[in-house]
Amino acid sequence: MSILIDKSTKVICQGFTGGQATQHCIQCIDYGTQLVGGVTPGKGGQIHLDLPVFNSVKEAVDATGASASIIFVPAKFCKSSILEAAESGISLIVCITEGIPTIDMLEVKVRCDELGVRLIGPNCPGIITPGEAKMGIMPGDIHLPGKVGIISRSGTLTYEAVKQTTDLGFGQTSCVGIGGDPIPGTSFIDVLDLFEKDNFTEAIVMVGEIGGTAEEAAAEFIQSNVTKPVVSYIAGVTAPPGKRMGHAGAIIAGGKGTAEDKFKALESAGVYTVKSPAEIGKGIAEVTGW
Amino acid sequence: MNLHEYQAKQLFREYDISVSEGLSASSSQEAEKIALSLNVDKWVVKAQVHAGGRGKAGGVELVDSIEKVKAFADTWLGKNLVTFQTDEKGQPVNQILIETVTDIEKELYLGAVIDRSSQRLVVMVSTEGGVNIEEVAEETPEKIHKAEIDPIQGPNQLQAEKLASSLNLNEVQTLQFKGIFHGLVKLFIDKDLSLVEVNPLVITSSGDLICLDAKINVDSNALYRQEQISKLRDPSQEDRREASAAEWDLSYVALDGSIGCMVNGAGLAMGTMDIIKLHGGEPANFLDVGGTADSKRVAEAFKIILSDENVNTVLINIFGGIVRCDVIADGIVEALTGMGVSVPVIVRLEGNSAQKGLKILDECDLNIIPASNLEEAASLAVKASKGDIT
Repeated sequence: MSILIDKSTKVICQGFTGGQATQHCIQCIDYGTQLVGGVTPGKGGQIHLDLPVFNSVKEAVDATGASASIIFVPAKFCKSSILEAAESGISLIVCITEGIPTIDMLEVKVRCDELGVRLIGPNCPGIITPGEAKMGIMPGDIHLPGKVGIISRSGTLTYEAVKQTTDLGFGQTSCVGIGGDPIPGTSFIDVLDLFEKDNFTEAIVMVGEIGGTAEEAAAEFIQSNVTKPVVSYIAGVTAPPGKRMGHAGAIIAGGKGTAEDKFKALESAGVYTVKSPAEIGKGIAEVTGW
Repeated sequence: MNLHEYQAKQLFREYDISVSEGLSASSSQEAEKIALSLNVDKWVVKAQVHAGGRGKAGGVELVDSIEKVKAFADTWLGKNLVTFQTDEKGQPVNQILIETVTDIEKELYLGAVIDRSSQRLVVMVSTEGGVNIEEVAEETPEKIHKAEIDPIQGPNQLQAEKLASSLNLNEVQTLQFKGIFHGLVKLFIDKDLSLVEVNPLVITSSGDLICLDAKINVDSNALYRQEQISKLRDPSQEDRREASAAEWDLSYVALDGSIGCMVNGAGLAMGTMDIIKLHGGEPANFLDVGGTADSKRVAEAFKIILSDENVNTVLINIFGGIVRCDVIADGIVEALTGMGVSVPVIVRLEGNSAQKGLKILDECDLNIIPASNLEEAASLAVKASKGDIT
């Protein structure tokens, strides 16, 4: 079992014929994802990776019955690409692109919510249900079908959590990278809720980082809504205030958003925290007794 | 990206947000000319740097003669201003702002920011102006009043009226405030800003509202569509290494320690710093080489890391997702060979093509210490930085 995607999910790719998109779509197909076509305006009618290319998402949805889209278009076109997908019957959008202006995301978020569309990202590695399908840029081979649900704001830290839970034999139900931007389409809480309701997820890893108060909000949610054990690591204990640490959203501003505050909030909500990114797997073993 | 006060005030003028009269100068002759042209007998002179706390550091003065305007210019232009927000070297002063003096009746606070939890542009006001607003928010949050701007509908009159009434403004001031409020929101959205702070917004002795200070941060992601704003960038205010890293699409932040870090991914780069600290070491920097690192960028990353003379060890931590470890390994070998790096280099490669990458490192003749996991990498790096392994 899984959340968000499985092998029956029909997926299209926006920005399909671009270099990055092509490289990652090949890997998605190899992994088992049902990629049914792609969209590149002006290239409709062509065949790419043995799949049809369409001029618009609407045409692609009508012709293929796709319900999900993975977006690789450049940042300046992302707002219109996401809105096009949301307004064309796509119910799950994964936006990989980094560097979307925040002002664009304010409107995108409201529109997606109004339309009931789930947006993952932007600036994220995507989502994977091990052994079934992936919409993202993560290396498939480190994953193992299993029982841990993983949520993270960071790409490579997700891989770290995945590798450790694979090495210990626990495996993952699904892994969701919600992205490192200040305004993410999907929050920790949204994904925690999905994992809590997923019968096959037995424990949850939540990887946060400095900046904002999403982890504090998640802690509150966990306390009253999550019955499954949660292990959490927050990156950036050593990050100086006022400096943006790579991700647009990773900044301690006005004394808010420190790793210490987040650890504290999570611990008081009963979450098992680890201070080292190398101990996420061990943490899961500890809380579950596996 | 940050703007200077004089640049922010120029933008305010373009949006009919009232500010005091004044202009910036880059020499004392120019300062004299501006002071004379303002046709007053008292001036406020302000050193322009990207840092707060200028007043306490002597970077803002009230002067009553042209000689004193010139003296202020001579004191600061070309010098560095050290405030509690800068490092010990301070920030270079290349411009000073010369303004007319405003007689203050009352100091207020006005700010606008993208609020991450409500996912809205939020405009904030407070009657507690001229002081540290973070302290006000902490100690007396009820004194801060907010309006959330709907991204589709935009701001409305009712919001402006409510904020004005929370500031106890009279009818004329309320009207002025409405103009400022709408101008500010329009400016924020038009120019892709991420923060505006007016501290203080003042009521003058003649009863008018004026923005006495102006701080603007711009969303760097949006600079591609902000030609006018992009031109306002002042590289002299930026950390030299951070700026040269940015030219190579590397994200770098200097820290105080001795272990230089090269990592792919922002989260893992922070995680690597954290685990070094846990093992008793001190990271020298944050550096994310990004998802499409090639040998050139790896070499540039090395150069930047090693330009910090405190660095005595380098830890490379790569979890290949998009980026291939063999490409990184080639880059490491190329960079080390070309640069004659003398410090120990600990390398941990995982994920995409890790085995190939490790083989490349294994076959070269360089002083590279491989680590099989993150824990071991951190432990080796800390030992090396303390001289326990070479």
